[in-house]
Amino acid sequence: MAQSTTQIAPAPPDPGVSEADRRTLERAANGGGTFRTRFRRDRTLVLMTLPAVLLVLVFTYVPILGNVVAFQEYDPYVGDNGFVAVFHSPWVGLEQFSRLFEDPAFWDAVRNTLVLFTLQLLLFFPVPILLALLVNSVLRPRVRALSQAILYLPHFFSWVLVVTVFQQIFGGAGIIAQTLRRHGHEGFDLMTDPGVFKFLVTAEGVWKDAGWGVIVFLAALASVSPDLYEAAAMDGAGRWRRMWHVTLPALRPVIALLLVLRVGDALTVGFEQILLQRDAVGPGAAEVLDTYVWWNGVRNQDFSYAAAAGLIKGVVGLGLVLAANKVAHLMGEQGVYKK
Amino acid sequence: MSAASAGNATGERPGASGPDPRRTGRWAAPPRPVWEEEPRRAGLAGKGLVLTVACLAVLFPLWIVVVTSLSTKRTISEAGGLVVVPRDVTFLAYQELLSGGQVTRATVVSLGVTVAGTLFSMTVSVLCAYGLSRTGSVGHRWFLMLLLATMFFGAGLIPTYLLVQSLGLTDTYLALILPSAVSVFNILVLRAFFMGISRELTDSARIDGAGDWRILWRIVLPLSRAVVAVITLFYAVGYWSAWFNASIYLSDQDMMPLQNVMIQLVQKQEPPVGLGQAIRAGELSAPAVQMAVMVLALVPVAVLSPFVQKHFRKGMLTGAVKG
Repeated sequence: MAQSTTQIAPAPPDPGVSEADRRTLERAANGGGTFRTRFRRDRTLVLMTLPAVLLVLVFTYVPILGNVVAFQEYDPYVGDNGFVAVFHSPWVGLEQFSRLFEDPAFWDAVRNTLVLFTLQLLLFFPVPILLALLVNSVLRPRVRALSQAILYLPHFFSWVLVVTVFQQIFGGAGIIAQTLRRHGHEGFDLMTDPGVFKFLVTAEGVWKDAGWGVIVFLAALASVSPDLYEAAAMDGAGRWRRMWHVTLPALRPVIALLLVLRVGDALTVGFEQILLQRDAVGPGAAEVLDTYVWWNGVRNQDFSYAAAAGLIKGVVGLGLVLAANKVAHLMGEQGVYKK
Repeated sequence: MSAASAGNATGERPGASGPDPRRTGRWAAPPRPVWEEEPRRAGLAGKGLVLTVACLAVLFPLWIVVVTSLSTKRTISEAGGLVVVPRDVTFLAYQELLSGGQVTRATVVSLGVTVAGTLFSMTVSVLCAYGLSRTGSVGHRWFLMLLLATMFFGAGLIPTYLLVQSLGLTDTYLALILPSAVSVFNILVLRAFFMGISRELTDSARIDGAGDWRILWRIVLPLSRAVVAVITLFYAVGYWSAWFNASIYLSDQDMMPLQNVMIQLVQKQEPPVGLGQAIRAGELSAPAVQMAVMVLALVPVAVLSPFVQKHFRKGMLTGAVKG
C-alpha cells in the first residue's frame, strides 16, 4: 500500500510552485523525457490500468478477431480446442453470407428487428420525456422522491422477473384472464399471441425502463435557469407557452443525444427479453437478429453461418452510429462524440 | 433535494386536491414564485391521477406477486390462482423453498456469484479508472482509445462463445464472471468522477510522500463514495440479473443461479425438484411457490436500490455527459 513510486518527473515539484508553473513542468515532463523515464514515473498507473485492459483485450478484442470464422467453414473439432480450430478450418470466402441472404428466415429476423425498433422509437422513446415533465412539476420533495423511487425500481429487475411479472398479468393464468373467467367470459393469453408480441415487448420495455429514463431529462430540466421562466412570464407567456419556448428547447440536446444513441443501436431491440419469450410465440414473430444468431450458432452449432449474421449486425450497427452522429452534427447538436 | 428551484414549466403540484392544512414539513410544497399563476384544479387532479396510475402500474403487479406468495392454499384456490386481497399470511412456501434443495442452492449460487463478481469488477474498474484519470500519463491515450472503441463495435455472441469454450471456462462459475467483468461505460463514469477531484488535494498528498495506491485508497475513494455506490449497484444488479451466460456455459442443473431456476419454475411452470411431492400432496400450492421464487429474486434489488437512489443522478450524468 505504501509504495511511493510515482513522483512527478523530472524533478519533484516544489510546494511553492503555482498551478500554471506546475502545468508547464508537467507538460515538459510529458513531452520531454524518453519513454523509459515516463514509464518509470507512471508505472503504478499503468499497472492499475492493466487488469481491465487485459480483460477487454481477451474478452472483446480476441472475439472481434474471432469473427474471421464468418469467412470459414469452421469446424470445432479439427484442432486441439475450439480456438486452435480457427487456424485449421477451411476458408470459404463469402459463402456464408450468400447462404444468409438466401435464407427467408434471416430476412424475417431483419424485418422483425426493424418493426420492433420502430415501435420502440414511437411508443417507448417519448414516455420518459413526458414522465420527466410530470415529475418535475411535482413541488413537494417527499412526493417527488417517493414517486421517483417507485418509477426507478423496475429498471433493477432482471428480464426474467419482468417477463414473469407480465405473465402474471397478461398470461393465460394471469390476473386479467382469471378475472374474466370468473365473470363467465373467455380467458385469453397475450403471452403466446404472435399478433400482439411486438407490442408486448415494447410494453415490457416501457414498464422496466421508462421510469429510469426520466433521470437524464430531470437533470436537464434542473439546469434551466428559473430566470428564463420568470422572463417568459413577464412577457405574458402562459404555462403552455413557457413549456414550449423554455422547457422543450432545454431538453433538445438531451433528446438529440438519446435519439442518436438509440438509432445507432437500432439493431439491438432486446436480446434477453425476446429470447425468454421466443418459445412461447414462435420464431415467426419473435425472431430478431440477435436471437437468429443464437439459434443458428449456439443451438444448431452452425458457427460460421451465425457468426456471419452477427458480423453483419455489427458492421451495420457501426455504420448506423457513425451516420446518426453525422446527422446530429449537421443539425448543430453534439451527438455522442465531438467532431 | 432542491425541487423548489428550477424548471417548473407548468408549476403545479399533483395530489393537492382538497385543502391541506399541513403547510410545513417535507410533505409541504415550497412557496411558488409570485409571477406564477395559481394552478387550476383540473390540471392538478389530472397530473395527480397520471402519476398515481404510473406508480400503481409498477406496484400493483408486485403486490399480487408478494401477496400470492404469502397466501395459504385455500385463499389461492378460492381466488383462482392469483391473490389480490390478502386473507391470511403463511410463510410455508418460503420455508419449503429455503430449507435446502434446488431453490436454496440457486439462491446461494446467485449470492456468491454476485458478491464475488461485484468485488472483482469493482476492483478492476476502480483501478483502471484511477489509472486513466491522470491525463498525460504514459499510454493513457492508447488505453483510453482501446476501451472507447469497444463501445462502437461489440465482440459478437458466437466468437465469444467459442472463446469461452476454448479457455475451458464452461461449467465453471468463472464463465459467469470473467466475460462480463468489465463494463467500459462504468469505468468511464468512475474516471470522469475521479478527474473531478481537485488536483491540489492529490498533489499535496504526493508531496507528503503518498504513492498512487495510498492516494487512491485514502483520498480519491473516500471522496467518491456516491459514484462508487452507484457503480457497485450497477455491477451487482448485472450479476444478480444475469441468466444468459449460465444458460449457454453451464450444463449442470445443480450449478444454475436463481434467475435460471426462475425461468424453469415460473415461466415454464415446471414443479420444483423435491417440492413436486409437497405440492401434489396438497400442502403447498404451485402459485405460492412460483411467486415466492419471484420475491426471492426481487427482494435484494428492491431493498438496495432506494438507498443508492439519491446518487443516481450523479452517476448517470458524469457518464452521459463525458462518456
